[in-house]
Formats: sequence, C-alpha cells, structure tokens
Amino acid sequence: MKPGLAIGGVLAGVALIAALVSLVWTPYDVTVLTIAEKLQTPSPAHWLGTDHFGRDIAAMLMVGARTSLAVALVAVGIGMGLGVPLGLLAAARPGWADELTMRGNDLIFAFPSLVIAILITAVFGPSAINAIIAIGIFNIPVFARVTRGGAMSLWTLDYIRAAQVAGKGRARISAEHILPNIANLLIVQGTIQFSLGILAEAGLSYVGLGAQPPLPSWGRMLADAQTMVTLAPHVAIFPGLAIVATVLGLNLLGDGLRDALDPRLRRAR
Amino acid sequence: MARYLVKRLLSLIASLLAASLVIFAVIEVIPGDPASYMLGMNAAPDTVAALRDALGLNVPLPMRYLGWLGGMLTGDFGISYTYKVPVADLVADRLLISLPLAGLALLLSTVVAMPIGLLAAARRGRPADYMVMGGTQLGIAVPNFWFAMLLVLAFALHWRVFPAGGFPGWGDPLMALRALTLPAVALALPQAAILARVLRSALIETLGQDYIRTARAKGLSGAQALTRHALRNAMIPVLTILGMQFSFLLAGAIIIENVFYIPGLGRLIFQAITQRDLIVVESVVMILVFAVILVTFLTDIAYAAVDPRLRVRG
Repeated sequence: MKPGLAIGGVLAGVALIAALVSLVWTPYDVTVLTIAEKLQTPSPAHWLGTDHFGRDIAAMLMVGARTSLAVALVAVGIGMGLGVPLGLLAAARPGWADELTMRGNDLIFAFPSLVIAILITAVFGPSAINAIIAIGIFNIPVFARVTRGGAMSLWTLDYIRAAQVAGKGRARISAEHILPNIANLLIVQGTIQFSLGILAEAGLSYVGLGAQPPLPSWGRMLADAQTMVTLAPHVAIFPGLAIVATVLGLNLLGDGLRDALDPRLRRAR
Repeated sequence: MARYLVKRLLSLIASLLAASLVIFAVIEVIPGDPASYMLGMNAAPDTVAALRDALGLNVPLPMRYLGWLGGMLTGDFGISYTYKVPVADLVADRLLISLPLAGLALLLSTVVAMPIGLLAAARRGRPADYMVMGGTQLGIAVPNFWFAMLLVLAFALHWRVFPAGGFPGWGDPLMALRALTLPAVALALPQAAILARVLRSALIETLGQDYIRTARAKGLSGAQALTRHALRNAMIPVLTILGMQFSFLLAGAIIIENVFYIPGLGRLIFQAITQRDLIVVESVVMILVFAVILVTFLTDIAYAAVDPRLRVRG
C-alpha cells in the first residue's frame, strides 16, 4: 500500500471519528456561552483555546465536522443519485437522449455552485439545506460525465454485445453489467467530490449562504474569527487547519484508491 | 474553420438563452410575488402595488421575459430597488474591480504553475517531483479565503507591507494594484496547484511520444525537447483547465472580496441578497453565468486554433 492512501485514510478518519464522537460526547457543551472565558489561548483546560463567546474551540470543531461532513456527503448522494442514472441513460441511448442529457449537463456546468447557492438563497433564504442543494446540483453533471465516459467504453465490449444477443434490454444491461464495472470510477470521483464539497460548504458558510447560527460549521467559525483575527489568531487558525487536514486526507484517499482499484492507471502515470 | 465557428456560435447563443430562462424562472416565478417579497412582510398593499407596477409585474410572464432579455441586449438591466440607480452602472463599477482581480489571479497562477509543472515533469520520480506533488496536494486543500486571512495576518498586520483591506479606486493605479495583491495571491494559490499538476501529467504523457524520442535522437537535450516539443503539445489539457478554472476563479473572487472588504461584484451581490434586491441578484447572476459560458466558448475556439483536428469533430 502506498503511504498516501494510509495518510489520507488516517486524516479523513480522524474527521469522521470526531464528527461521530461529537454526537455523544464533546469536551464542553457548545450551546453554553461563558463570556468570562472568551478568546483564551490554548491551555490544558481548553486545548485549542476558546472563541469570542467562551466556547471551547475543540468542541466546536467536533460539532462543526458533523455539519461539514454531512453537507458534503448528502451533496455527493444527490450528485450520484441523479448523475449516475443520467450518465447511464446517455451511454445506453446514443442519439437524442445522449444529446439532451449532455446539453443539460453543459447548462448546469455554467452555474458554479456559489452561483446556484446565491440563486437559491435569494429565493428561500440562507440555510445548510440550501448549501446541500447547491453543491448537490453542481455534482450532478460531474457524475453524469464520469458515468457516461466509463459506460460508453464498456458498451463496445464483447460481453455487453453477448448480453444484448441474449435478449437483455438496455436498462437491464446498464444496471447488471455496466454499473458494477464502473463502480471503481464512481468511488474515486465520489471521494474527490466529497472533498470539494467540504471546501464548498466552508466557502458558502463563510459568506453566510450556508449553515446559520447556532449550527456550528468550520466555515462559520472562520467567518466569526475574521473580525478578531488580530486579537486572537488561534480562533482563525484551527478551523482552517481542520478543513485543510480533512480535504487533504480525502484527496490522498481518492488518489490512493484510484491507483489501488485500477492497475491500468498506475502504469499510465 | 468558418463552419466550425458558426456551429459553436449557435450553441453559445442556445446556452445563453437556456441559462437566462433558468435564472428568470427561479427568480421571478418560484417565490410568489417578487414585489411583496422585496418589500418584506409589513409593506402596505398600495406600496406593493406601486412596486408591482414599477417592476412591470402586471405584464404577462412571456412578455416580461422577452422584455428582460431585450433590456439586457441593449444594456438596460433595470433600476436597482435599493440603490435607485441603473443596475448596469452599478455592475459596471464593480466589474472594474472584480475582473482585474480575477485576471491578476489567473496571470499569477499561470506564472507560478508553469515552471513548477515543468520542473516536476523534468525531474519525475525524483525528490524535486515528490516535493512539487506534495506541495501542490496541500495547495489544493487550502480554502482560499482562509489562506487570505493568513496573508492578512502576516503581510498586513505583522509586516505591514500590504493593506489589510479596502480598495482606493483606480485613480492611483499603483495603490490599487497594491490593494489587489494579497487577494490575487490568495485566489491564485489553489489554481496554481491544480494547474501545475495538470501541466506535469500532460507533459509526462507527451514525453512518452515517438516525436520526443526523435527529437532526442537528433541531438536535442532533455530540456530542449521538453520546452520545444513537449510543452506545446501539452497545452491542450492546460487550456481546458484554464478555461474551467475561470468559473472557480470568479466564484473565488466573490468570496475573497469579503475577506478584504473590496467593493466588487461579490460585495454587491451579498448586499443585494440581504436587501432582497432581486433585480440586482438576477442581473449579476446572469453576468456571472454569461462570463462562464463565454469563456467555455473561447476555450473551444482556442483549441480549434491550436489543433486543427478538433475543428472536424465540433
């Protein structure tokens, strides 16, 4: 196993465990404000210090991990759930269905997730749900393209022809023969979109289009930190490090998985 | 080439029309009555009626869409509801800040990424390559707005080389550039990391081609073969990424402007959202999407210019 895969697994695993543990235990209660203890630097009592409301930053990071990971994960789910069937359809029906799906894809591609978030927020107001929808919509064409590309190359292969001769329909072939064979591609792309989703969620929450108070999120912690970065730099530094570590971990994991799952790529690189 | 251009131009127009329909539909159709939405819950009925009139909401939907579209074609984006000035003027002022910022970042990321990608490709599998790959992996993972905050801490508050925020206007170009330096660096970092990686893998792929062996056989050094033959052929994937990155850069600029309190498009659109100025939101979103579609179009044209084979495929 390459070291990248192990490092990536550990970094992403730490974020995941922190998020899960925060469901049952955090070092301090993040809903309790202790103004008397505000903006403390790291100490044995507060390992990463406290924020402007006296909340423990380590505890905030744990709860924030939950928001960030959940938003990114559901957004990947939306992207896969809609993008993969569209990609399969486009590959199975060259011609108008393919053309229509791909033009639709191009159209969504013209809307960066931030722009989708702006549109949704202007209409429905800001919330973490809107961030999920915006990132999810952005993910749809990504998965549709990867699925279509992988599926198209499979449709020319003999065993697919054999299945067709045996009388299986296009939908059934897509589900039974194409999908399992592009699962690797989808897992790798899923990891990449997961890490992009965490970055996007942080950005959206930072500008106020994502998670709203009192829901902690890494992006919101950075937004709060901005005004007091001179007084207490640590308030800005730790949430950023959490994002970097998680995204880096997921990217290394994605690269490592790609190499491990597809030996052909190992030679090409 | 002319046939190809016409075909691409038609698809550009189709994309723009489709995008404008989506934006129009989301903003004007879904939220119920835009006038009462913009005025808030406590608005008097006659105020709402007056705004409905001013916004032209009593006209049938298809006519309103055509009116909006026609207005944009002639540069008339409507009147901002909060600022009471033409949206076109507002946007033009802000574009004069956001576009140079995005352009500066694009330039910076290209200038940084080119030598790094070349170095990594030339020294592939050796320590320099591993350092570049590790460093760029880190660069991709850093959120640009957080990097911007760190830059402010270091270069504006600690060393006081650059201003921490604000924009003095283009009256003094040097001061303006100074104000845009830190934001551009923050924007450029992740882009440069991605670009360097793409350039490296594209170069490594072309280095395996027969014509590189021929070039080496006729006596060119490795570095000469790399810069004269491999680099030019590796430009296609690099151009693709540059084109795609533009949309990320534009979105990034909108966020970064918030860190530095720069009065660009980003500040305008967030103020418009909080003040429910739907006309401004609609127009700015359309301009952003227009920019992305236009850049995709230009990238396609650039390929065809670089690689004649692509003109046939269309």
